[in-house]
Amino acid sequence: MPDLRAATVAQAPGPGRRPRRLTPRSIALLVVGIAIAVVYLLPFYVAIVNAFKTDQDASLHPLALPTTWTAAAFGSLFQNSDFGIWTMNSVIVAVFVTLGRIFFDSLAGYALARLRFRGRQTVFAALVAVMAVPGVVLLIPKFLVINQLGMYDSYSGMIVPLLVDAAGVFIMKNFFESIPVSVEEQAKIDGAGTFRTFWSIVLPMARPAVVTITILSFQASWNELPHFIVSSSSPGLTTLTKGVASLASGALSAGNQYPVKLAAAFVMTIPVAVAFFVFQKRIMNSSDGAVKE
Amino acid sequence: MSRKNRAEAVSGWLFTAPTIIVLGLFLAVPVLMAAWVSLSDWHGVGSPFSSDVSFVGGQNYAKILGGGGLDEQNFGTALRNNLWYVVFVVPLQTAVALGLALLVNGRALRGRGFFRTAFYFPSVTSSVAITVLWLFLFSSTGAVNKIISWVGVHGPNWFNEPTGLFHLGAGNPPAVLADHTMLGISWWEWLAGPSVAMTAFILLAVFTTSGTFMLLFLAALQNLSPDIDEAAMIDGAGAWTRFWRITLPQLRPTLFTVLTLGLIGTWQIFDQIYTGTKGAPANTTLTPAYLSYTSAFQSQQWGVGAAIAFILFGIIVVFTLLQRWALRERPVSRRRMRWIEKGSVR
Repeated sequence: MPDLRAATVAQAPGPGRRPRRLTPRSIALLVVGIAIAVVYLLPFYVAIVNAFKTDQDASLHPLALPTTWTAAAFGSLFQNSDFGIWTMNSVIVAVFVTLGRIFFDSLAGYALARLRFRGRQTVFAALVAVMAVPGVVLLIPKFLVINQLGMYDSYSGMIVPLLVDAAGVFIMKNFFESIPVSVEEQAKIDGAGTFRTFWSIVLPMARPAVVTITILSFQASWNELPHFIVSSSSPGLTTLTKGVASLASGALSAGNQYPVKLAAAFVMTIPVAVAFFVFQKRIMNSSDGAVKE
Repeated sequence: MSRKNRAEAVSGWLFTAPTIIVLGLFLAVPVLMAAWVSLSDWHGVGSPFSSDVSFVGGQNYAKILGGGGLDEQNFGTALRNNLWYVVFVVPLQTAVALGLALLVNGRALRGRGFFRTAFYFPSVTSSVAITVLWLFLFSSTGAVNKIISWVGVHGPNWFNEPTGLFHLGAGNPPAVLADHTMLGISWWEWLAGPSVAMTAFILLAVFTTSGTFMLLFLAALQNLSPDIDEAAMIDGAGAWTRFWRITLPQLRPTLFTVLTLGLIGTWQIFDQIYTGTKGAPANTTLTPAYLSYTSAFQSQQWGVGAAIAFILFGIIVVFTLLQRWALRERPVSRRRMRWIEKGSVR
């Protein structure tokens, strides 16, 4: 006799519907869940805890809390490396790329969703095709183009190629298509031009999508590495990703200096972590194909 | 065209112009330039279109795919390393992602928001930061070895151990495997599996990507109507059967997506190698993407580097097509159709 109790508890998914009893099944699931969560969170606990230890303490007792809490690693990081410069560069690039993507992606998304022009289908097909080209395959080619255009080793070389991303255009286009056409028709009747309609009427209505693009663009540009490797080489233009990568290969002299490296990894993760926790509902609900490699 | 329509068309082109320019210039054009470079002998000085640069046909490709030199051996090694990485990571990350999604989706689990956040957080971090973490966790006196020592296992010096997984504890290779080579390395080496160092990277990949794919599976699971599952329950199907026959087939599109994205991603692993081991130990973490980078930017062999990139492109396309073919919707066999029809005439 099948257990029909399980079938009758099946309700439509909705907030606040929790089983009232603490069944053995839910306890078991909780235990499994916590065990896996521990595995997923342990590396971050280890990183933070060891960033506050001395080199020796970190090497000998990687799992324990520090015998003495010390911020020496952080001090060494800011004094003996260009961490400040790296941060500044990452911020500059992230700000420009995020603003650029918000503007250009929504422009193109709106055009593809709402404006009628010949060749619209071709542009869309080309966009899809471009998304199919694997990123790392473009490493050498992008350098060639950046070099030919004289943008190598400059902020423009680091920022301009990232100003638009196909996935963002997709997200905006999908969202614009879901806005009722009547809104724009009303605007046109009131005499607004195309850009005016877009900028003052439709774009403010697309706030959720714009917020999504903002977070995803910030995340992508903050965490980007290969592009910065090929677009610049001077130390003054190094970003956090490149800088911390050089730290990892032991650029700060001999010895295992793990606390310093962990401190670097910790500090560089703070902005994306904060953005994630503030906007997590937005990020985790946008499974529109904007997937990180 | 009326004036209004023309104005709209102009706006359309104006609005998409930045996108077309940036993506065209930095995605489409580079591919064409790289194609030329891969067929030329450009050495990184001056323009690849200058008159000093000559067309050498498939010479760069021949150097990597044959030729018996270091180029061929490095490429073969990189290919082998990446192949094992793909073979391990893709099924693992897919299975783990699906498992996590099922766990988080189940109604019996309390605090689903917390778990979803915990499992997804690693995907948000930078690959550089996670690699730094990994170098510490998997060091010979690191946390991982400490934990497994609690169950009596003596952990290896992960990132310095070049032995392949399948060679651990193996003796001398049989002659037939050791004497014959493909792409510069012996069959014995091909079958070595990922090195212990590469295994650490495999675990890193599963750690950082399972969260993203978990979200994809979650979205799909939440779109499934519970009716079919309930009907199966009433018919007496157990949970395991229900999963394999009801839930999983309905997840086929998402499975497709996850596998495709997984294949595309794993064949391009670069960041972690650049940050962590740079190909060491003994070239067992060398990958085609990293080899392409070093051939061009360090050895100034730009033709070879570009050729490797294109071969990689081809490999990714082939694997993606293979995967689509393997998971295609097959028409229901005649025998099964008859069985279904017989069952409905009850």
